[in-house]
Order: sequence, then C-alpha cells, then structure tokens
Amino acid sequence: MANLTVNIGKLKLKNPVMVASGTFGYAEEFKDFIDLKKLGAIVTKTITLKPRKGNPGPRTCETPAGMLNSIGLENPGIEGFIAEKLPILKKIGVPAIISIASEGEAGEFVELSRRLDKIKEVSAIELNISCPNIRDKSRLISQDAQATYELVRSVRKVTQKTLITKLSPNVTSIVEIAKAAQAGGSDALSLINTLTGMSIDVRRRRPKIASIVAGLSGPAIKPVAVRMCWEVYKAVDLPIIGMGGIMNTEDALEFLIAGASAVSVGTGNFINPKASVEIIAGLKNYMTKNRINDIKNIVGSLKT
Amino acid sequence: MAYQAKAKILKNSCVGGNYFKMEISCPRVSKSALSGQFVNLKISDRFIPLLRRPISIHNVRGSKIELLYEVVGKGTELLSRKKAGEELDLIGPLGNSFSYVAKRTPILVAGGMGVAPLVFLADKLKKQKPLVLVGAKTKKQILCVKEFEKIGCAVKTATDDGSVGFKGRVTDMLKNLLSTIDYRQLTLYACGPKPMLKAVSVIAKIKNIPAQVSLEEHMACGIGACLGCVVNTKKGMKRVCKEGLVFDSGEIIW
Ligand SMILES: Cc1cc2nc3c(=O)[nH]c(=O)nc-3n(C[C@H](O)[C@H](O)[C@H](O)COP(=O)(O)OP(=O)(O)OC[C@H]3O[C@@H](n4cnc5c(N)ncnc54)[C@H](O)[C@@H]3O)c2cc1C
Ligand SMILES: Cc1cc2nc3c(=O)[nH]c(=O)nc-3n(C[C@H](O)[C@H](O)[C@H](O)COP(=O)(O)O)c2cc1C
Ligand code: FES
Repeated sequence: MANLTVNIGKLKLKNPVMVASGTFGYAEEFKDFIDLKKLGAIVTKTITLKPRKGNPGPRTCETPAGMLNSIGLENPGIEGFIAEKLPILKKIGVPAIISIASEGEAGEFVELSRRLDKIKEVSAIELNISCPNIRDKSRLISQDAQATYELVRSVRKVTQKTLITKLSPNVTSIVEIAKAAQAGGSDALSLINTLTGMSIDVRRRRPKIASIVAGLSGPAIKPVAVRMCWEVYKAVDLPIIGMGGIMNTEDALEFLIAGASAVSVGTGNFINPKASVEIIAGLKNYMTKNRINDIKNIVGSLKT
Repeated sequence: MAYQAKAKILKNSCVGGNYFKMEISCPRVSKSALSGQFVNLKISDRFIPLLRRPISIHNVRGSKIELLYEVVGKGTELLSRKKAGEELDLIGPLGNSFSYVAKRTPILVAGGMGVAPLVFLADKLKKQKPLVLVGAKTKKQILCVKEFEKIGCAVKTATDDGSVGFKGRVTDMLKNLLSTIDYRQLTLYACGPKPMLKAVSVIAKIKNIPAQVSLEEHMACGIGACLGCVVNTKKGMKRVCKEGLVFDSGEIIW
C-alpha cells in the first residue's frame, strides 16, 4: 500500500490533496459531485471578523488559460461562519483549515485566531496576508518581510494550532518573505495566492472586472507557482502547500517534485469538480507504477 | 441534486443568423430538470476556453434536453462546431426554478436570448394559456415565436426598429397592454438583459403584480463556490447561480 500521509505542522493528513481557499466555498457546494471525506483537507473561503459584502460586479472574467477574480472577501464574518458553516465542516469530518484575513488592522488576525483556537474542529489556521482584492491594495502584509514577521509572531502567541501563512507571488523575493514567516513561528507555507492582473474590453475601453485590478489564477500561473515552491523549498525548512493552476495529477506531481509537501486545487475545481479526488487516485497510481511506497519520497525529488 | 455527466449530442444546427439549437441526451439531468434551470458545459479539453459556459435549459422532451444559444465568442463558436455523436461534459441541472402560481394568467416577457428558458416554462404552464411578449433589437433577433405558438401561447412581438410587431421596447408594450386589461389576476415571468428586467420590476411594483425575473451574471463555477455571480438583494448578497437564477422582482436591489 502506497503511503500518502503527510504532516503539515502538527496536522497529519491522510493524503496531500486539499482544496484552495475561495474556490470550494465551505465545501457543501461540492457534495453532489465528490465524496468529500476523501480529501486530505479543506481550506475554507477566507473569513474576517465582521461580515463583508465583497466587491461590485463583474467579479470574474476569463483570460488565456486562466481567470481573473475580484471577489473582495465576501464572507459571513466569524460569527456567521461558526453558526452556519462550521457545523457542515464538522459533519464532513475532514481536517478543516480556516483561512482568515483582516480588513485593515493586523490586530484582527490576532482576535480571529484567538477565537478559532478555542474550537476543536478547527484543524489549522491559514493566514491570508496576500489577498489582492481588499481596498487598501497599496501594500499587502506579505509584500513586507518585517510586517509578515510581526504578524505571524503576534498570532503565534495566541494559538497552538498549526499556522499556515499564505504568501503572495507579487513580490521581488518570495524567499525573503517565507523566511520572515518562518522566523515569526509559522508551521507551514501556502504558495501561491493569485498574481495581480488586468483585462480590458477593447470595444468599450473598459476594464472587464469592476475593480479594474484583480487576481489571476489557473493553468496560466502554474510555472510561476512551481518556480516559487522550488525556490522556497531550497531555502526554508517548512512544509509547503503548493498551488496555482493544478488541473490534474501531472500538475500536482510537478509541485511535489519541486518541493511541496501537499497541494491545493483551486480554479481547477470550477472546471472539473472531481479534480481533487481524481488527483488522489492519480497519485496512488503513479506511486504504484513507479514503485514508490511513500509520497514523501517524491517531495523535493527534482533532479538537477 | 446536480450531476456531472457526459451528454451525447443528438443534433446541433443553425436556426438562422448566429443562433444554434442543440439537442443532447442526458437522462439523469433531464429527469430532474425544472424550468428556469441551466446546465454548465465544458466546451474544450484544452485550457482555452478554460471555464465552463452556462446555457439555459430551453426545453426537455423525455431524456432529451434542448439548448438554444447564440454564437458570441470563442466558447459558443466551438460549441457550434460540435457534431451529432460527440460527447459533452455537463453539470446540471443548476439553479432554482420558476414557481408556478395557480389561478393567475401568466405573461412571459422575453428580451433577446431571454426567450431560451421561457419556452420550457411556457410548456409547463400551457394549461394556463400564457401570453408571451418577445422583444429584440430587430426582426432577425426575434426567436421562438413558432415554438410558443405550437405550445398554444398567444405571442406579441416588439422590435426597437419596428421591423416586426410593436415599434419600441417590449416593456413599453407590456405597459400599454396593462393599461387596457384587468391585471389583477396576472403573474409575470421575465428573462432578458438587466435593464429590461429592472423595467419589468418597476411595472410590477406599480401595478402590484407578482413577477419572477431570471437573472444572468458572469459565472466562474456555476455551483455556488466562487461568489463571482452575486446580486444585491433585500436579504443580502445572493448567488445568481445558486439562489437564482429566478428571483422575485421585488427582492432585487437594482
Ligand atoms: C445562467 C446563464 C444562462 C445562459 N443561458 C444562455 C442561453 O440559453 N443561450 C445563450 O445563447 N446564452 C446563454 N447565456 C450566455 C452565455 O453563457 C454566454 O454567451 C457565453 O458564456 C459566452 O461564451 P463565449 O466563449 O462564446 O464568449 P466570450 O468570448 O467568453 O465572451 C463573449 C461575450 O459574452 C459575455 N460572457 C462571457 N461569459 C459569460 C458568462 N459566463 N455569462 C454571461 N455572459 C458572458 C462576455 O462578457 C462577452 O460580452 C447564459 C448565461 C448565464 C450566466
Ligand atoms: C474565485 C477565487 C476566489 C479566491 N478567494 C480566495 C480567498 O478568499 N482566500 C485566499 O487565500 N485565496 C483565495 N483565492 C486564491 C486561491 O486560493 C489560490 O491561491 C489561487 O487561485 C491559485 O490557485 P489556482 O490557480 O489553482 O486557482 C481565490 C481564487 C479564486 C479563483
Ligand atoms: S458562479 Fe460561482 S458562485 Fe455563482
């Protein structure tokens, strides 16, 4: 039997395939299409302290082999999440990783983490310090090593749960930010959030997304994401959750070979809701065929 | 319950201009399909076009689902080139549905491609003898008149340029009509561009007629997961693909 289990901080996953924040709702949306219990973990849509209405539409558009989105972190707030969404996740029984963000104050991350720390069903917390779709876009926390360090450190003080820091690719050196998150006490890293991009309707000379600048995801960003996983793998000793354009088993393997310990399916869920479970089966197949008994032997196995 | 299924294409042909009609066989989906619902089609195995394309259920006959679509870009262009016998990966049926109101005469108001789901609805409502108002820019874009008549509906048309029927907006035709008849026992159903739906909802409010409108928004997932398609309502943000497509017109904050 191929061993697919992986460890992300204190969290032990039965397989390395999870679903990315914001692309899987709160999981119930996929119950008609897949057996949710098969997933390694579920990362929820990012939540904030207060409910958010999100950005005006149009919020999405297609680009070559990708898509742009500017949802603006629409979410029911932590109270709404605990009341309406958490019971569903609890019932599914798969490790639930709760993604959190702040609308401004970094202190909001601390407050949210303090609340989530008390909830048994919360398996880990993902710090979304890299969402490009909130109002103050001038600078993301994940674009500043010192701010990243300080934020992770202050959250680390209030929770024993596994802490995952999700980084932005919109930086000069992803390694520098990854090191800052590690120094702050992060247990793992999620790589990558969307790349900022823009698309224009030339007939109307208007932006295709109401908020003009939006986040690019899908197959178009995969090479960037794989490169960043590889750079961080070489420089930082933390488990990496790799994502960006994963559509099938081969894509997932690219990330694992580059150094990711686990992978997340994002935009791929929209095109093929079964993508995540097909990848789990595909990885098993690949291991059997290549006589690999432990998935950990694939991680970082790039030959150079 | 929605399914991800392989549908077999039975027929795919041009019905004039850029308009195509496709017949597919997909028993699991056709069995549970309700009027007002849609399917989300994977058009290519490649990454361009990447996302699925949402298309309304135009009608259902046994295990057969009919789709009526206009070629407007690369996705629908590729769709138009598919041949009978090919398979199509489809998710459906998606969204809520129109609700039927007993003892009220239905008036269906269609703008442009908005006729697509209303044929299925007219078929379901045929005992109540619906009146159908079809509007478009010009004669060539007036679709499905014969289909509605075959079902037994009375049909009136309106065009912006007056090339057929009433000259002007379909909503102006509706307004004129309501000033000549007793509208207390009517119910409205509308599908079309947003400004048209807004105009219908204003009329419905003034005359106090219940109205259901079928909305359309850009969709990335079609299954309620991405929050890309939301509309602002009196009860908060709602996903058009999940809590819609059909809303009570009074619920929408236009
Ligand atoms: C719920 C729903 C039901 C629909 N039912 C029908 C139908 O029965 N018949 C029909 O002809 N069309 C229908 N449409 C519209 C149809 O989905 C779009 O025309 C199609 O996705 C365009 O794809 P494309 O690749 O050909 O065009 P693109 O090159 O992608 O775009 C061409 C134009 O279509 C618009 N468009 C692109 N994607 C969408 C989208 N997801 N939703 C709305 N507009 C879009 C673009 O803004 C652009 O103006 C429906 C849309 C929705 C949301
Ligand atoms: C519609 C949409 C919404 C997203 N919302 C979030 C979010 O709320 N929080 C977050 O951390 N990432 C969010 N993301 C980013 C994804 O989690 C992921 O990092 C990114 O899309 C790259 O992976 P992909 O190419 O497989 O989609 C969102 C992505 C999309 C497409
Ligand atoms: S299209 Fe994704 S939520 Fe409606």
